[in-house]
Parts: sequence; C-alpha cells; structure tokens
Amino acid sequence: MVSTIPEKARRVLRDELVRLVNPGFDRSLKVDGDGVPGVVLVVGVNGTGKTTTIGKLARVLVAEGKTVVLGAADTFRAAAADQLQTWGSRVGVPTVRGPEGGDPASVAFDAVQQGIASGVDVVLVDTAGRLHTKTGLMDELGKIKRVIEKKAPVTEVLLVIDATTGQNGLTQARVFADVVDITGIVLSKLDGSAKGGIVVQVQRELQVPVKLIGLGEGVDDLVPFEAEAFVDALLAES
Amino acid sequence: MFDTLQDRLSEVFKNLRGKSRLSEADIDATAREIRLALLEADVNLGVVKEFIAAVKQRAVGVDIHQALNPTQQIVKIVNEELISILGGESRQLRFAKRPPTVIMLAGLQGSGKTTLAGKLGLWLKEQGRSPLLVAADLQRPNAVNQLQVVGNRAGVHVFAPEPGNGVGDPVQVARTSILHAMSKLYDVVIVDTAGRLGVDAELMQQAADIRDAVNPTEILFVVDAMIGQDAVNTARAFADGVGFDGVVLSKLDGDARGGAALSIARVIGKPIMFASNGEGLKDFDAFHPDRMASRILGMGDLLTLIEQAEKTFDAEESAKAAQKLMTGKGGEFGLDDFLSQMQAVRRMGPLSKILGMIPGAAAIKDQINAIDERDIDRLEAIIHSMTPGERSNPKILDGSRRSRVAKGAGTTVAEVNALVNRFFDAKKMMQSMAGGAFGGGMPGMPGARRAPARPAAKSRTRGKGVSGNPAKRNSHAPADAPVDGTAAPAWDPAASFGLGAGQSDADLQKALSDYQLPADLQKMFNQKNLGPR
Ligand SMILES: Nc1nc2c(ncn2[C@@H]2O[C@H](COP(=O)(O)OP(=O)(O)O)[C@@H](O)[C@H]2O)c(=O)[nH]1
Ligand SMILES: [Mg+2]
Repeated sequence: MVSTIPEKARRVLRDELVRLVNPGFDRSLKVDGDGVPGVVLVVGVNGTGKTTTIGKLARVLVAEGKTVVLGAADTFRAAAADQLQTWGSRVGVPTVRGPEGGDPASVAFDAVQQGIASGVDVVLVDTAGRLHTKTGLMDELGKIKRVIEKKAPVTEVLLVIDATTGQNGLTQARVFADVVDITGIVLSKLDGSAKGGIVVQVQRELQVPVKLIGLGEGVDDLVPFEAEAFVDALLAES
Repeated sequence: MFDTLQDRLSEVFKNLRGKSRLSEADIDATAREIRLALLEADVNLGVVKEFIAAVKQRAVGVDIHQALNPTQQIVKIVNEELISILGGESRQLRFAKRPPTVIMLAGLQGSGKTTLAGKLGLWLKEQGRSPLLVAADLQRPNAVNQLQVVGNRAGVHVFAPEPGNGVGDPVQVARTSILHAMSKLYDVVIVDTAGRLGVDAELMQQAADIRDAVNPTEILFVVDAMIGQDAVNTARAFADGVGFDGVVLSKLDGDARGGAALSIARVIGKPIMFASNGEGLKDFDAFHPDRMASRILGMGDLLTLIEQAEKTFDAEESAKAAQKLMTGKGGEFGLDDFLSQMQAVRRMGPLSKILGMIPGAAAIKDQINAIDERDIDRLEAIIHSMTPGERSNPKILDGSRRSRVAKGAGTTVAEVNALVNRFFDAKKMMQSMAGGAFGGGMPGMPGARRAPARPAAKSRTRGKGVSGNPAKRNSHAPADAPVDGTAAPAWDPAASFGLGAGQSDADLQKALSDYQLPADLQKMFNQKNLGPR
C-alpha cells in the first residue's frame, strides 16, 4: 500500500512522523526512590499485558543488579496473583499477595512496606485490569496510589496499552492520566501485526512518553521504545 | 469526540435551500463525513471505502423535499447498510446431533477467552445443558488456575489434566477431553485455548491441530471491541489458520465504538453471535446488530444505556423523579432529586461514556460538560446545608438564606448561586428532553423512558424490529411502567439535531488521503489541533 508513496514524499512523511513521535522525549524509567524503594504502579484496561509487563520489567531490573519486590494488587481477576507470582519465581523475586477479593490498596501498601523493610530497590505493583469507563474502579485505582504514597512516592505510573487498540486507546489514556497521573506508556504486543499507531496521539496529547514496548510472552521480550524504529514499522508494508 | 454523524451531516447540508436533489459536491461531502465517522469508530479503511461506495449510490436518490431532511435520510441509509452487514447472517449456536457439542474458543492474547468460557458455561448450564470446560491454554502463566476458578464460580466442571505454565500438550488435552466428556455424559465441551497472534505460524498450526483433535461444532473467534485497524488482518489470519464459524465481541461494556465488528463481519462474512459486556459471569448477551450500528455511528447505544441505568438507578426513585419532572405530581422536582440524579449518573460511569450514548448529545454537550463529576461532593455539602423546604422549592432561596447555606457548607454565596442556577438550567433541559425531543432517555433523567408515549408519528420511524432482550428489560422495570419507551429508536430521524461539529481541516486531510496513510495516522492528521491540549 505504502509503496505507492513517491520516495520523496515518503521521506518527508517519515521525518514528520519521527518529529511527532519526538525522539527527544525523556524515556528513562524512574525507579530510584529517595531513601525508600522506587515504586512502579502498572495500570490499564483488561488483558493489555500488565502482569506480563511486570514480570518482564522485574527481569530487566534484576539484570541491572537491582533488588525487586512484586505487589499483587490485582485481587479481583481469578488467579491473577498466582500469575504474578509465577512470573516472580521465573525471575527470582518475591511476590507480596493478599486474599483474593481483598482490598487491593492494602496489598499495595503491604508490598511497599515490605519493600522498605527489606531495603529493596524497586517495588512493582500490579493492578487489576479496569475499563476506564467504570468510575468505581477508577476511584479504587486512585486510592491504591494514594495509599502507597503514605509509605513512599510512586516514582513511575505505567499505562499498558495493547498495540491492537484502536481509537479507544486515546480515551483510555485520558482517563487513566486524569486519575493516576501516568508518567509512561508501555506498548504491548508489538510482536503481532498491529502497529500501535494510537500511541502517537496519546503521547502528543498527554505529553507522556512511550517508554517500553512488549515484543512477546517471554521474560526477555521487553525493550525500550525507539522513535525511528517505531515510525519505520508504521510506514512499512503491511 | 462526540460529534455524531447527524451533527457532521447537518453541517454539510446547511446550505441546501432551493435545491431538490443533492449535488455531486453534496454527496462527496457526505461521503467524507461518513468516512471520518467510520474511521473514528475503527472501521477498517478498506471496508470504509466499499461501504461509502454503496451509500453514495443510494444517496444520489435522496429527495430533498421529502418529509425527512437529507441528514435524516442519509443517516437512515447508513444505518440500514450497517445493520445489513452486521446482521446479515445472525444465527443461534448450533448443537451437534450426537453429543457432545464442541465449542472451541480462539483469539489474540488478552481478548477475553477464559472469561468467556465461564460465561458460556453458565449460560448453557442455565439452559439445562451439562457443559465441561477444557483447560487447553497451557501457555499463559496460571491460565489453568484461572479457568478452574471461573468454572467453580459458574458451577461448571473443568477438565484440567495438565498444570500449564508451559507444561503439557494442549492438543492431547483437547483430544482426551472429548473422551472424558463422552464417558461422563457432558453434552457440551468448551475448549479454552491460549491466546495467539495471527502472525505466529507455529501457534496457529497448534490451533489447527487442536481443531482437528476435537472436531468442533463451533469455532468462536473472540475479539476485543477496542481493537483498531488491525482487526481485519487478525481476523483473516485466524480465518485462514483455524477457521471460525462465529465471532464474539468482548469488553463491550467500555466505550469503544467497536467498528471492528463491521470490518470482520464484512471481510470474513461470519456472523457476530455474542456480546460480552462485563467481568461478571452473567455479563453476556446475544449480539444485536441494530444496537451495534448506532454505537459505531456514535449515535448512542441507547438500549444499553437504559439497561445500565436500570441496573444502577433505584427504579422507584427515578420513576418518582420522572413523575415530578413531567407532571409535578408528588411534589416539585427539587434539589434532593437533582442531587440523587447526579449521584446516580456518577455511579453509572464517567459522563463521557454516557454522553457517547445519547443520540444528538452534541447539542447539549456543553451543558453536560459543565458538570464536573468531582463537584458532586461539594454540591452535596451545599444541598445538605439547606432546609427540606428549600431543597424541594429552591425558589424560596433569597439572599439571606443563601448566605446562611454558604456558611453552613463552608463555601461562598457565589457557589451557592451557581448551584441554584445550574439546577434551574438542568431542570429546564431535562424537562425538554423528557418531553421527547431526544427520542429517548437521558442520563440525568433516566425515568424519562417512562414518560407518556411519544406521538405515533415518531414511533413509526423505527424501521427495524425492536431489538434487545425485552424479557430482561421487563424484569427490571416496575410492573406499572409502560415499557414501550424502552423501544425508542437509537436514532430518531424525526428529531432535529444540528449543533456542534467543527469543520475539519479538509485540505490537509485530502492531501494525506492521497498518500494512503495507515488509517490511524490519517485520523491524527485530521485533528484540527495537533498540539497538546
Ligand atoms: N504476543 C504478546 N503477548 C503478550 C504481550 N504482553 C502480554 N501478552 C499476553 O497477553 C495476555 C494478557 O496478559 P496479562 O499480562 O495477563 O494482561 P493483564 O490482564 O493486563 O495483566 C497474556 O496471554 C500474555 O501472555 C506481548 O508483548 N506480546
Ligand atoms: Mg493481570
């Protein structure tokens, strides 16, 4: 399809897109707490890849020599805490969990408290998938963050967006940004045929950078976002 | 965001005076607006082009002097075309002549297969069948446990001989599940499979092997309603890789327009059979093409709104409020009612969602946007500082009462004034809407559906049959409530919409469309304001 674009126009377009995607954005992960662990809260709608991202992210951090604790604050979905714990044991980090159906904020609180007590570098908090349209669940998410912050500042709030998501991705991002002030986006499932073009708009409108991309279900399938490669993939023949 | 097709088209047709037919330019402009509306709803670009061609043909015949104005006629055409694609082949679940019936679920990662397995299991059980869930997702960590928990909640047995997390052969599990079902006399087998990508040839082959091992009666492709332009690629990959007989659209409880439904129905030609709309096991329904058509067009899924309203609102309370509003019976509609309506609206989800579901919302969106959801707590404080008499008749709130209220609520007189003014505005607005101008209900005023029947001339405009699940709706409605209001058309050609819709940047859009950009990007350039908000 795109091969119909004359080469020159294509170059202009590419440059313009790269500019839009803004290679200059600070995409580094903020995981350094000040005397307390850095806290990363991972949020998003159902099934986007939050738990998987946490597993993979823990792996990256461990590889950098950091100590990590996972907090299973998805107390809602069946076996969600098991899923996180399986990831934890894959990458060799402990998981703090609570009773199924319990209060997610208190699990998050416990995880951070435990992280502080054992002096780890980073606490990664998983949350239940929630549609941004559900006010009650969004309020709950706000509370999770506030409760954590009684113990330690949340250094990074990552919104996981599935690359297959269409226009709704923008709406999702707006609402999550409003409720928990997202600081970075993880674009998951880029290993498929979907290209995740919606994040360009999300990034522009909310001024929140895409920081990481998910490229599969394996432990090592999380890599930093790269503006140029992303644009090339967008423009590539489908 | 909430510009509906009506809003867009009325803009196009502003200057039709004196003509009897649409000019070619009118039709082109119409086509462009429909195109944008569909792209915004995530309908596949190729499908949009085809669709537009069909609509254009019919648009040529539009007669400006008919009872319906051109906007209404075009919207009607578009709606009809959408419904015919979406509902072209709708059908029921098939059961095998010789049990067990085998239903295989396939789809991308995270599309909602495991949850759906539980919902289907419960649904079948309630129909007197004896279903068995089969844990053949041995890939995703703890997918097997998840299915077990879900099965447990649904009261349906789960066949899970392998622990999963990478251990066990899903093809083998699927095969033995059939023998197990036959020996234990389960009559429906639901096979949950791992999520896989269309581009993953190896896993696609595995899905085909599972299929061959169980010889399914139905293969259902489960797809997330939020999916964008990739829907067609993915659906095609699954159609080619394993084949499927029907589609289940999941996560319809969100606010995605769900244009993928149209793309898949059109390109693959398989019926959409079910809609999955919540995390609860009962949040599952047959698919309604007419509701989906309205939703895709941004004209509001009114029936869903009403059902949700029924779940959330206290039926009696809102019926009382409606009565007050419409007839003044049972006292004036006062601030207490106003507050409880606003609180109920808040319980229903962010206003954006509700807005998106109201036909013609553009006309009133400014008023509605002025209600900040987080204000509600403050409003509550103010209202609670008033006497019961003041609440039921705010007209008596003179200067000294207002300053007393302000003090009591720890706020300023200006805030109290603002609230009182807003109340009177809202009351007026709700009364006019409850009167039928919008052909249905509205969130501040869900009880409006129990308003006196609208004039027959209006109800007649609903061409297609009444959709939905009347039994279910009836069971929510109070016995004395006329249910005919619930059958209000999701779009109402007789209503006059016409505000809103900013002009888009036509030249840039046109230039870019010549380049055949991916639709996501076209959309982006189409936005007038490219800068951050
Ligand atoms: N192919 C692919 N699958 C992924 C990726 N990230 C997550 N998944 C899968 O998507 C599904 C949902 O992931 P999960 O982490 O449970 O989502 P959550 O509900 O947001 O926690 C699982 O099957 C994951 O294995 C990715 O980057 N690529
Ligand atoms: Mg999860």
